[in-house]
Amino acid sequence: MADVTFTVDGKKLMAPAGTLLIDACRKAGIEIPAFCYYPGLSLQAACRMCVVRQEKVPKLQTACTTTVAEGQVFVTESPEIAQARKATIQLLLGNHPLDCPVCDAGGECELQDMTFKYGAGESLYVEAKQHREEQQWSPAVYFDRPRCILCYRCVRMCGEGMDVYALGIQNRGVTSVIAPNGGDHLDCEQCGMCIDACPVGALTSGSYRYKTRPWEMNHVSTVCTHCGDGCKVTLGVKQSNDGTEIVRADNRDKSGINGDFLCAKGRFGFDFVESSERLTKPLVRNAAGKLEPTTWEHALRVAGTKLKEIRDNQSGKTGGGDAIGVIGSNRTTNEENYLLQKFARTVLGTNNIDHDRSTDYVSFVQALAGHEGKIATLRETASAPAILLIGGNPTEEHPLLAWNLRTNVRLNHARLYVVNHETIKLERQAKAAQGVPPNGYKDVTTLLDQQQSEFAKAVMAEDSLLIIFGQEFRGAQLKSLVAWGLNRGNVRFAYLGDHSNSRGAADMGLLPDLLPGYVPVGEAGAFAQEYSGLPVKAGKSQAQIFDAAREGKLGALLVVGANPAKRAGVDPANLNGAFVIVLDLFPTETTALADVVFPAASLYEKTGTVTNTFGDVQLVKKAADHAGTKPDFEILVRLAGSMGVDVKTLVPFGKGGAVGDFGQSRGAQAGEADRHAVWLTANGLEPKVSPFDPLAVLDEIERLVPAYKLDRLNLFAGNDVSTEPGFVPVSAIASAGSEMIAPAHDGLFTSGELGRHSAYLSELNQYESRELAETAAD
Amino acid sequence: MPRLVSHPDEVKIVTKRFGMGAANIDKYMELGGYESLKKCIAEGPEWVINEMKSSGLRGRGGAGFPTGLKWSFVPKQSAKPKYVLVNGDESEPGTCKDHLIFLHDPHAVIEGTMIAGLAIGAKTGFIYLRGEYRYLLEITEKAVADAYEKGILGKNVLGSDFEFNVITQSGAGAYEVGEESALMESLEGKRGVPRIKPPFPAVVGLYGGPTVINNAETIASVPHVISMGGAAYAAVGSERNGGTRLFGLSGHVERPGIYELPMGYNLKKMIYEVGGGVRGGRKLKAVVPGGSSTPVLLPEEIENLGMDFDQVGKAGSMLGSGGVVVIDDQTCMVEFALRTISFYAHESCGWCIPCREGTDWLKKSLTRFHAGFGTEKDIDNIQYLAENMMGRTFCPLGDAAAMPTIGFVKKFRKEFEDHLNGKPCPFAKHVELAVV
Ligand SMILES: Cc1cc2nc3c(=O)[nH]c(=O)nc-3n(C[C@H](O)[C@H](O)[C@H](O)COP(=O)(O)O)c2cc1C
Ligand code: SF4
Ligand code: SF4
Ligand code: SF4
Ligand code: SF4
Ligand code: FES
Repeated sequence: MADVTFTVDGKKLMAPAGTLLIDACRKAGIEIPAFCYYPGLSLQAACRMCVVRQEKVPKLQTACTTTVAEGQVFVTESPEIAQARKATIQLLLGNHPLDCPVCDAGGECELQDMTFKYGAGESLYVEAKQHREEQQWSPAVYFDRPRCILCYRCVRMCGEGMDVYALGIQNRGVTSVIAPNGGDHLDCEQCGMCIDACPVGALTSGSYRYKTRPWEMNHVSTVCTHCGDGCKVTLGVKQSNDGTEIVRADNRDKSGINGDFLCAKGRFGFDFVESSERLTKPLVRNAAGKLEPTTWEHALRVAGTKLKEIRDNQSGKTGGGDAIGVIGSNRTTNEENYLLQKFARTVLGTNNIDHDRSTDYVSFVQALAGHEGKIATLRETASAPAILLIGGNPTEEHPLLAWNLRTNVRLNHARLYVVNHETIKLERQAKAAQGVPPNGYKDVTTLLDQQQSEFAKAVMAEDSLLIIFGQEFRGAQLKSLVAWGLNRGNVRFAYLGDHSNSRGAADMGLLPDLLPGYVPVGEAGAFAQEYSGLPVKAGKSQAQIFDAAREGKLGALLVVGANPAKRAGVDPANLNGAFVIVLDLFPTETTALADVVFPAASLYEKTGTVTNTFGDVQLVKKAADHAGTKPDFEILVRLAGSMGVDVKTLVPFGKGGAVGDFGQSRGAQAGEADRHAVWLTANGLEPKVSPFDPLAVLDEIERLVPAYKLDRLNLFAGNDVSTEPGFVPVSAIASAGSEMIAPAHDGLFTSGELGRHSAYLSELNQYESRELAETAAD
Repeated sequence: MPRLVSHPDEVKIVTKRFGMGAANIDKYMELGGYESLKKCIAEGPEWVINEMKSSGLRGRGGAGFPTGLKWSFVPKQSAKPKYVLVNGDESEPGTCKDHLIFLHDPHAVIEGTMIAGLAIGAKTGFIYLRGEYRYLLEITEKAVADAYEKGILGKNVLGSDFEFNVITQSGAGAYEVGEESALMESLEGKRGVPRIKPPFPAVVGLYGGPTVINNAETIASVPHVISMGGAAYAAVGSERNGGTRLFGLSGHVERPGIYELPMGYNLKKMIYEVGGGVRGGRKLKAVVPGGSSTPVLLPEEIENLGMDFDQVGKAGSMLGSGGVVVIDDQTCMVEFALRTISFYAHESCGWCIPCREGTDWLKKSLTRFHAGFGTEKDIDNIQYLAENMMGRTFCPLGDAAAMPTIGFVKKFRKEFEDHLNGKPCPFAKHVELAVV
């Protein structure tokens, strides 16, 4: 719409005609108070806090429903308006318990803030307030009725935003009350979005309530560790007896890639870090064959000595780099993954490196080789006009993507087309849906080309398409879909992968035949110059590493943040005495086989970057410390050190001058370091600091990895930075792979090992399956 | 069946078939029913709207919006179906006129609805009846069924190519659903909460289609406007206030009842001549002129007051729904205020803060106050509260609750003060308060 000019408090403003006055004002820095207005949700005009005066209009108008037009004149602050707002607050406070000192929202409450601003502190009434007991609606959601100001944000958030419609309004007048769909409990996705939207302490979170006061926490914005979408999550960190404790996760920093959204895993699944089962001491297998706690020095010495010995023993059948296998992780940072492969290739002298592949990124990259600008960012899914979703079930496996698609359809009238072998919930938003048999995905492009169904006609009539596809697509089938799309033109693609850094694991070259950036080991280019001793022959895949073990040809196995013993079903007897080193958070089937175990820090306890399945890179900030653990990055550097390696060849620290600690090791105060980093980057200075600072290798990644030319300023400011991979043409890649892909298919409350150690997620999982069981029984 | 009253000053237009068995379709037609519809089909929509405009008929639901003008706002072309909606939710205390119309002359409502439909290009009309009017629903449903049987409703109305259908719907007991947009929500099966305006119903109404919503009395007047001709109808009333109105006289009056009087009829005359004066020869203390939401008037304020929308407005109150409540000198105005606010507190839909919380606190404060536990400060607080509700609520119900309260406190402050300091209510013996 055309821009119009109007006046607010004497200032001339411009905005497209029809913009809501409240939005236009906020954009111009004029804050208008609001309880019921929530951008993106339907309008209510219920709280009457946003009243303003419009010239020539007799009554005060609500800024949340007034649309701007040419020549209008508004006043947003005046004694009359302040009085109206004050009176509204006085009315609210009449029945409000004012139990701020014990309310979870105290300090972060919009009613408190408004009362402070409009000075409605004194009570006009002597009548008793209505008291009602707090209700527990689910393990995640509690409701305190007297605190509710009936802004209906929760109702809309759940209905319009989540498409769950689990909350409603009961009764009328002063007896009106928010009610859950189960009568006295909630059957829902337990996302906690309603809690997030609640401006007061009426809805509180089962995981946070009565734990602390907001001002006693440090708030650290980092990236969720649970799925491939990579939501920005703000961790509330409190000082505790043994260091720091994460007491809350939410999305109070709404600047992230996820905007308003966070799912149950991001919000409640942080507590695995405090699990009593966490490994906190290095373990070394003793003479009696038992894993025994020991010191870091001892464990590092044992592991380093053994690795060096095997690598350097060129005579025996289990000697040399080829006798060592390395398995990396889908959850560690890009820097750690990069370092791990560099360590494997340049220190251990082997290309036998792989990871638990849950997504066929290699085929995806091959399919797109030579084509630029074809990969969609996650943000685009919230704005693309037409989306074709083939396979996958985002509601369960990619909650943020599902939110984006719903929001896009709801607010922008995007057209969503769904092809699936099952009925998925997103069909409710779809313009058209097409069922296929489970093995029918290979025929989808033919079906579209033939244009015999209404579905195919509608899809083919679209000018542009964002094609999002699930893990049903691998290998040849994936390549043929991408080729079809490229041929059709005006398409962009997204491929749905499982874990928080599955994409980063592949991008960073945790692959036997590909270096970071999918550069073939045989055509190493720049890597060849920088990596001394880089083996040129492709190494062994995970399966081949275990084959070698069975044949007695594996001398040592280094596993970082993975559980191949479970995922790949390794029989301990088949290891034939290979020396196993494992870095992990928890005891697993794999640590049980290990000779040395190092207790590793989780994603919430380290700094670095991760890449979501859309290729968006984000900064991970260290929120807390877990006593006894170290980040994988540091463990690897120390391990290299214990092998007698000059760690400068691994981590280029100190090159540029200053060697110092800007705070990355100071736990929750890392925010300061990040501010420094922004400034340093802006001034062309390197924010790298010590060999244990993962960001020290970021330079090298940027220099060597074709896709990772990152906008650092943006990255360090906490924004998502898309990697627009100007992929190197991948010639003949021998990558054995597609057949090894094993998707994890985590759902709303599961997250592999981490989920199992999250008490909240386990509880929610049980709670919701109980609901299902009950419904089935009815 | 409630007894019908009458008075020589009455001009019987809308009530002319009352008591004649016109609920029976044959009787209705025998008395000239559905002739106006025929005429309208013959003359066409534009003619109808012009007649309506010249009739000066203003909405009988309370706000007094010119009916012809309202109809003319409906866009000619519309992608969505258009609708006519008859508001029979009549719930304002002191108001029971629509009730008589449905009882005695339901076909007039059907005929009026069809004419409105013809005028705006709608094929469907809804008659929404107050939940408590179950027995009227039966009468109305029978009338609708009879009209279908006679070929009046349905595909080819009276043999023409005009098609019209009528659907009846009962409310579930909410005053607020009388508000036009809340009524549409209710009709669509949702909570009876008003909608944001604009858009107005004439553009986006029921199921998103352009909709004309009129009070049942307004609609029942339509066939008469047509049969008399707009100009003749206008001439019956006062300036800019065409025709007659069904005034509901209640309270402490000798002959309460529904009287059809010309617009602009003198209020004092209405009470003393038509109504036979204050009951038991007592003194008049006050009058509520147009249903419980209209501010109370003092005897000196009604000396020369003509009952039409403009004159009552000028006197500082409103003609509203035409429910005139007479209050004698034995009445406790604090209790009257309490009863009034109790109604609104009970009926507030709860959507917006000022009305939901305000009506509740007014009720609580007045309850305590009337019981003798009030303080001087309470009087100010009650006024402060009501004044801060005025004009701040989402729909006019908040105003409807605040306006009379302000009037009571301002005009009868002395009576409030008489309740202070634990004094017993000076009118304790006369708590019986007549609201029809
Ligand atoms: C709280 C509230 C209650 C109302 N109740 C009624 C009612 O019961 N009947 C009615 O006809 N109009 C009622 N109205 C007025 C309607 O909103 C609407 O103005 C009317 O039906 C329009 O018809 P008219 O133009 O024929 O008067 C009410 C309005 C409000 C704000
Ligand atoms: S937790 Fe999520 S799904 Fe459940 S009621 Fe709240 S918003 Fe709705
Ligand atoms: S629970 Fe919170 S979000 Fe929901 S209506 Fe009440 S105050 Fe608003
Ligand atoms: S959608 Fe994924 S990244 Fe976002 S909060 Fe949920 S699990 Fe974490
Ligand atoms: S004023 Fe507000 S609470 Fe009262 S009835 Fe209207 S919308 Fe409901
Ligand atoms: S924000 Fe406008 S009425 Fe609530």
